[in-house]
Amino acid sequence: MDHNIYSGTADYLVSDDLRNAVNIAMALGRPLLIKGEPGTGKTMLANSIAQALGMPFIIWNIKSTTKAQEGLYVYDTVQRLYDSQFGENDVSDIKRYIKLGKLGEAFSSERQSVLLIDEVDKADLEFPNDLLWELDIMNFYIPETGETITARQRPVVVITSNAEKELPDAFLRRCIFHYISFPDEEMLASIVKVHFPELEPNLLAEAMKAFYWVRSLPGLLKKPSTSELLDWVQALVVGGIHPEKIVSEIPFLGVILKKNQDFDQVLKRIHSAGGVQRQTGWTAGKKYL
Amino acid sequence: MFTGFFYTLKEEKVPVTPTEWMTLMEALNRGLSGGSLSGFYYLSRAVLVKSEAHYDRFDIAFSRYFDGIDTSDKLAERVAGWLEKSLPPLKIDPEHRKFSEWSLEELKKALDERLKTQDGEHHGGSKWIGTGGRSPFGRLGYHPAGVRIGGRSNNQSAVKVAAERKYRDFRNDDTLNTRKYEVALRKLRELGKNEEVPRDQLNIDKTIEATCRRAGLLELVWDRPRKNTVKVALMMDSGGSMGPYARLCSQLFAAASRVNHFKDMKFYFFHNCVYERLFNDPFCMVRNSVKTTDIIRELDPGYRLIMVGDASMAPSELTMVGGALDWGVENDETGEVWLKRLSEHFSHCVWLNPVAEYLWPPPGERFYDTIGIIRSIFPMFPLTVEGLERAIAKLKVNR
Repeated sequence: MDHNIYSGTADYLVSDDLRNAVNIAMALGRPLLIKGEPGTGKTMLANSIAQALGMPFIIWNIKSTTKAQEGLYVYDTVQRLYDSQFGENDVSDIKRYIKLGKLGEAFSSERQSVLLIDEVDKADLEFPNDLLWELDIMNFYIPETGETITARQRPVVVITSNAEKELPDAFLRRCIFHYISFPDEEMLASIVKVHFPELEPNLLAEAMKAFYWVRSLPGLLKKPSTSELLDWVQALVVGGIHPEKIVSEIPFLGVILKKNQDFDQVLKRIHSAGGVQRQTGWTAGKKYL
Repeated sequence: MFTGFFYTLKEEKVPVTPTEWMTLMEALNRGLSGGSLSGFYYLSRAVLVKSEAHYDRFDIAFSRYFDGIDTSDKLAERVAGWLEKSLPPLKIDPEHRKFSEWSLEELKKALDERLKTQDGEHHGGSKWIGTGGRSPFGRLGYHPAGVRIGGRSNNQSAVKVAAERKYRDFRNDDTLNTRKYEVALRKLRELGKNEEVPRDQLNIDKTIEATCRRAGLLELVWDRPRKNTVKVALMMDSGGSMGPYARLCSQLFAAASRVNHFKDMKFYFFHNCVYERLFNDPFCMVRNSVKTTDIIRELDPGYRLIMVGDASMAPSELTMVGGALDWGVENDETGEVWLKRLSEHFSHCVWLNPVAEYLWPPPGERFYDTIGIIRSIFPMFPLTVEGLERAIAKLKVNR
């Protein structure tokens, strides 16, 4: 598999260590577990790998109700019952009622595919453990049909987590792990440039200054990250904001900050320029009483 | 090879397991480290470390173990001339990649010696420093455990990268943010023991499935509900000496109020120490208070009690009748008696202390500090994310 070396795509800048982690995971055939602040491009990464290597891209979005079994296959007994009573189809052929899930799809794909298991921590605690075996040996058995689905090509598995729950140790042991840290200023500037090649340098510099100021404020509930900055720059461009106003007024603040309390706090600081009130802990805590 | 590194990681409390170590060996055998120390840094980190909270410890362990194999500029300059001309990369027989036979010490020694004896360029051989050869030293060549010398000038050495400790902020023994507390608090759960409750919840999916399998003959499937049965009582000190920790405590408080997965959650406040009354808000006014004995009666022993406070006060407040700081408090019994009463009533309880752990006197120490006394009554943990996790592990099991 040495010919498959990932090195980023035109619209997704990848840091050295992340690129290394991707290539290590692919070479070892292990799932790649990605963690990081929301909005640092965890989900985009899988898309970028698929694009760069020209592989089919399969997304499995995990919800709190998702069961591991659904990723393998679903046996549609209801349809079969319906068909047996009113139907035209041959109900003795159970195969017709077996529908492969996302993992099954990735296994049976003709070409090697990229499978994104998005936000794995949303599901039940047992979910990752339930998938261990299948991800390890890359096949599963369907008792209804006596069939075994084996991966033709070991898919590149990318798993993202927002750290809402701890993942089980047994699962972690098998993964290659990478934490996408918030990019430094230089990297962030080049990421913005990739998305807005025509951007005036002046506007970019001012926007970055204001953005880092907001990020540096203590006690924010949700710090803005890359995706918020990109949206904000877009808003600034569309709104035709003069660069000089960006730092002093921070227009479209709602694009950067998504939580009420954060919004109020920053507004207060902008208006009481200089005399920044230090919020004492207990008054901040009282809001939750 | 590098087995010492494994133990260095263990010493720095990075949770590595032999399984992961074997994966690393497999990766090295496939040459995934690219033969350079920085390649090895990223490779071993990706394979061995499974949480950003451990990145910093990994960095510390790495720089400790590999300190001194600095591929320094001086060395690089001296050898750079020899490396200028390159041969095409070599392919190597997998059999030759036996890592176990190479130790770092030997390599370093050998490199020193060879630098002393080698007098010029050398390419394609198997001993001298050069390019494209099989010697352990040089560039673009293949040696199973070689030391790469130099590289492009902008190339940071792995030891240097590790020494920067960029991930210091992610340590979970630092006090972090509300979200981290929330995640930690969520671990405190006990899904209802299936045997205790009746099967009274209709499982619709399974019912449909079972019915269809029986060709439409209705079959109902019942489940036992799974609910968190944990109840929590949180008592926080809002006294004067807690001032410096107010932000920390309000973060914990915010997290605890947001986590709504407990069956019940009660908040109480006290001023320095618990006496006859507990207060419903941090202002600790008598008109908004409840009798501590009422609370003990009302809350069954199954409530998990989390006390938060610096446990630092004048010893008299704890050990003397009438020692309470506030005038309004009757205080016929000592604070110590009240604390013991609480810890005896609740079968699971912990004390979270924002004062750094290394400053605590040992439990039972009565002379210098009230922390020692309180430690002998409550199991005490530092108010950090890691401390909270330890506390919660403690709250899960009966004493």
